[in-house]
This record gives sequence, structure tokens and C-alpha cells, in this order.
Amino acid sequence: MKERRSIKVDYLARVEGQGALDITFDADACDVKLKIFEPPRFFEAFLEGRSYEEVHELTSRICGICPVAHQITSLRAVENALGLEVSRQTRNLRKLLALSAIINSHVLSLYVLSAPDYFGKGGLFSLRKKQPQLVKRALKLKKLSNEIGDVIGGRAVHPVYAVLNGFTRIPTRDQIAGLKARLQDAQKDALETVRLFGRLEYPELSGGTEQLAISKKGEYAINEGMMRSTGGLLAPEAEYRQHVKEDQIPYSYAKGSVLSGSRTFLVGPLARVNINFGSLSDGAKKIASEIGFAPPRHNPFDSLIARALEVAHSIDESIGLMDGLPLREDATTRPHPPKEARTGFALTEAPRGMLYHSFRFDRAGLVTYADIVPPTAHNVRNIEKDLRELIGRYRDLPRAKLKLMCEMLVRAYDPCISCSVH
Amino acid sequence: MTAGPKMAVFKLTGCAGCQMELLRVFDDFEELLDKLEVCYFKMAASECSPGPYDVSFVEGSVSTPRELREVKTIRERSKTVVAFGDCAIAGCIPSIRDWLSQRAAEEKVYRNVSVIDSFRLRGIGEYIKADFEIPGCPPDKALITGFLVKRLQNMRAYHRPHSVCIECKLNENTCLLTSLKEPCMGPATRAGCGAICPSGGRVCEGCYGPMNDTNSRHLAEAFQECGLDDAAIVRKFRKYAGLTEELSREAGGK
Repeated sequence: MKERRSIKVDYLARVEGQGALDITFDADACDVKLKIFEPPRFFEAFLEGRSYEEVHELTSRICGICPVAHQITSLRAVENALGLEVSRQTRNLRKLLALSAIINSHVLSLYVLSAPDYFGKGGLFSLRKKQPQLVKRALKLKKLSNEIGDVIGGRAVHPVYAVLNGFTRIPTRDQIAGLKARLQDAQKDALETVRLFGRLEYPELSGGTEQLAISKKGEYAINEGMMRSTGGLLAPEAEYRQHVKEDQIPYSYAKGSVLSGSRTFLVGPLARVNINFGSLSDGAKKIASEIGFAPPRHNPFDSLIARALEVAHSIDESIGLMDGLPLREDATTRPHPPKEARTGFALTEAPRGMLYHSFRFDRAGLVTYADIVPPTAHNVRNIEKDLRELIGRYRDLPRAKLKLMCEMLVRAYDPCISCSVH
Repeated sequence: MTAGPKMAVFKLTGCAGCQMELLRVFDDFEELLDKLEVCYFKMAASECSPGPYDVSFVEGSVSTPRELREVKTIRERSKTVVAFGDCAIAGCIPSIRDWLSQRAAEEKVYRNVSVIDSFRLRGIGEYIKADFEIPGCPPDKALITGFLVKRLQNMRAYHRPHSVCIECKLNENTCLLTSLKEPCMGPATRAGCGAICPSGGRVCEGCYGPMNDTNSRHLAEAFQECGLDDAAIVRKFRKYAGLTEELSREAGGK
């Protein structure tokens, strides 16, 4: 007698965007569908005909949680097409902006989206009554990261000062000094965050798929680097499409990605921490050793610890970057359109993982082709694979518990569903 | 808490940026959470009640049959419906696709379009009555805070009728359009952002949508004097609010 069971979640809570979970399984088989019903907005279609100077402004609107990642990736892809090199100050300000967005996104994911599961609560509002200090810490870190975005980008959600070749406004010395003092104060909150998520109990999963992130000598790679995998792949961003293939999933509006040979893979904080552990700040490495975290880790639930470590790292690195800022007005010139048709590529790390943008322009500088692959489109097949493992291991648990565990696994990936569809 | 108005937050076709900005309100005023009863907010809580609600924030546009049903249900179950942000008001950036055929847009992105259940994208006002609009991409947290505080006092929130130019003058900026001949959308754009772009060395792109009494034709002529060709002028108007009555003619007609 085979008993057929199912787990259905019509509308996943505490993730960004509109998605559902549909799992059926029996003793021998398990069918998992992560059904993303977030409506498509057809960005790649309507970007055609738009100007090279506004691409980053438009792609920013793909995601309200990681607009900074989309802006910087588009800016770099367009600059790559035009053959532009930006100044060191621009690179550093972009890194600061990206790090602030990572702190913001991770704090939201850890404290608001995931933490309620581990404290037996349904969400931010009930968690606040049980753990007021924890929510206060989250709001404090979130506020600080948002205000870094306000100062450097003009505003944290859909920033306006980052443009091709530089920034239209450079922060003042006083603004940077004020933020730096608050970041130094926040270092202890970041360490507490790592300790908190380091001591939670997570379900055991082997995970074990190949992990991908960008990597660069001398820094914790976020805005630029080579594509590197735990399986030995090393390739420049322009060769991305030779390695990663994307295809439509019939029951989902998000497309799924695989590496050549149909291998699913994992991107995101866990992949970054595993691949680039040596480039983390001393403070992040120290607290990692204090909680007994050593790479490589394969359990997708360890993504929560990796996220906390990246909060600590991002605060440390931001302080260092602020020390070295020259803060002078760059002579930002508006670049001319390319004289001939050109294509540009960029691969970056959004808070949730590797993000790819590529655009082709005609000689007037209008987009003739756009290709965008967000982190959650990279992860979607792997989430399904890990869900199958979870069902296999924990199938005997009571139904409600198993269902919650499935949702917790999805939230451990921190999917950005609007992004994944775009 | 729980004595305050029952609040709900819904997301339709959009990017969740408005919800992020709403969450920022509580960075500054955590105590507001004591005054509100948040009954439905999928992104922040799995405890979601089916209503009825006193105030419903709707982020995003309507672009699928499912969303059309959802927005009508929201209307039935809510005393006040807020069109929250540009997508809910007039489609924002994704409305650019309205100048492509639905089929062409689908075929550019998907190999098998037969499984795509999507139709032309519109603001929620196309299908239901919205009682209030909070403009912006995203709306500044001060506008959201202002709305919530007024709502708690049972007062009508203030709707800025004027353009970004007023805020720009208050910041004592040099006019980018008349003095520097740069194509600034400020004169046609609803205030509320604090003129962050002109104050930060760049033109306004119009991300709060059109203000009252917009003179789009005259602004388009001014853009010609700035050196923009016709196609570039169309792109300026066909961005955040090309579907609105105020901007649609200059956006290439609808």
C-alpha cells in the first residue's frame, strides 16, 4: 500500500513576491513544484528601444529589495559596452552602496522573514511582543543601512545619484563621519546577530550541490569579479552564457538555470562565504571561529549563518572604505553613445546571489537586446532539489511540522520572487 | 496594541519597494506598531486574516486574472483602499510595455507563451475605486508616515497638489531647465520627494507621476530647446506615468 501525501502552500508568506508550493510524495517518489505566479513584467522586452543612460534607472525597478544590485550591474554592463573605466572613488562608493543594501536585505531576511519560525511566531508583529530587544536590534541595523543608502544614493530604495561614470553628488565629510561612528557602534549588534543565528537549531540537510559566486583577489567580491564554483569552474563574466543555461519552467513564471550537464547549483551568501571565506574581514572570521563555523558548509539552512557573517563583514568593510575615501567631486562626464553596435556584460553579487545583466546597443545607444538573470532564477531548481531531500529525510514528521519545515527551507534561500520573474 | 485600525498590505504586479519603504516607517517610529493592528502583510507575517480591514495598502498594478479577482475582493473587504505607489496608480516603469503588443512582449521573454496568463497592465483605479493615492517610486517614508498619523487622528491626509519645482525652490536650487537647459521633468511632476534629484545634481525623471494642471505640451517644447529629439522626448514621458491622461499624448499617444 502506497500512501500518497501532499503539502500545499497557496501563497508563501515571509518571502518577497508571489509564490506557492505544491509537493506530492509517497514511499518511492516525490514531486516538488515551486510555483511562482508572480506576474511577469517583461523587462527584457520593454528595455528594447530605451537609452543606455537610463538602463540602470529602469532595471532598478525589477526589485525593491535589491534595487542597488540591479543598478550597479546595469551600470557596469553599459560601461563594459562603452569601454569605460570608472574612478577608484566611484568603485568605492558603489561598494559602500552595495554593502549597505546587503546589510539591509540580510537583516530583513534574518529577523523579519526567518526568525519568527525559530521563535514559534508568525511574523514581525507577534515576534515583537515576545522578543522586543531582538526586533529593536533589527530595526536599528535596518535604519542605519537605509540611511547609508540615503546619503550615498540619494535614497535607499531606487537610488538616484549613481549614474554612468560616477555619482551626481558626493557625500560630505561630515555625513561620512556620522555614518562611520554609527557603523562602529553597530559592530556589536552584528556580532550578536552572528551569535544568535549561530546557536539556532537547523534541520540537517546534505545539500551538496555545486556553489557559485564571483571572486576577486584582495577583496570580498560583490560588484566585480570572476565567476568561480566549488566544482572548479573559473570564468570571466563575458563567458557566463557558455556555462549557465536557462529554460522556462511550465508551471512557473520564473525561468530556471542549470550549469552545463543539467546540474542545479546554489548561489547566495552561503556560496559566497564558502568560496571567499579568506577575504572576509578579520572580525567576521573571528566570530565565525567563535561560533564554530568553518567552510565549506553545504546545508542550505547554513545560509542564515552565512547571512549573519556577511552583515558583520559588510559593516567592517564599510568602515574601512569610509577611511579611505578621498571625497572629492569627480569630474563626471556624461559618456557618448557607442559609435557602433556593442554588447556589454556584468556579473555581480546581489544580496541573494549572483546576478547577470547583458545588453546590446545600436550606434545611437538604444538597447536592441537584454538578458537578465537574477539570483533566485539561479536558485529555483536547487530549492526544488533540496525540498526533495528534505521530504525524503523528514517524511515521517507530522504534516504541519513537515509543511513548516518546507517553508523554512524556502525562506533560508531568501528568494526574491519579483526579481526572479522580472 | 490591537485597539487601532486594522491595516492590510497587499502586493500585486510590482517590485516590493513600496513595502520596503513602509517598513522603514517603523525604523523611525516603532511605537506606531502599538497603534495599528496589522492584519494582512504577506511579506512580513504568515498570520494573515481575511478581513474586513480599515485601511488596505495596495502595492503594484493589475496584470493577471488572479489579481483582478484579488483587487475586487480587497475593495469589498476594506473601508479605505490606498493606491500605494506608482504601480498601483498608473503602472510605473512596467507600463512602458503597453506600447508593445501583449503577444510581442510574451514572445520576447518566453519560449512557450501558451502558459502565460497575463494581460495589459493597469493601475488599480482601472477596476476599483481607490480612496487615496500615495505617489512615488517609491513613496518617501515621510508621506507614508504622514498618511498613517492622519488616519490615526481620523483626519484626511494632505495631498500635495503642486510640482517638484516648489520643493526645488525651497531648497534654493538653480533651475536645471531654464538656467542650464537640462531636460527636467520637475515642472510636470508631483511633489513629495523633497526634490532629491535636482538637489543632488541631476534632473527629475518624474517618478512621482504628474501633478495637477500639467502643461505637458509646453514642457515637451522646452525639452526640444534642450536639444532632445522627438524619440527622446517620448522616452521621457513614457516612463513612470505614460498611461496617465496628463502625460499620455507626449508619451506617444494611447
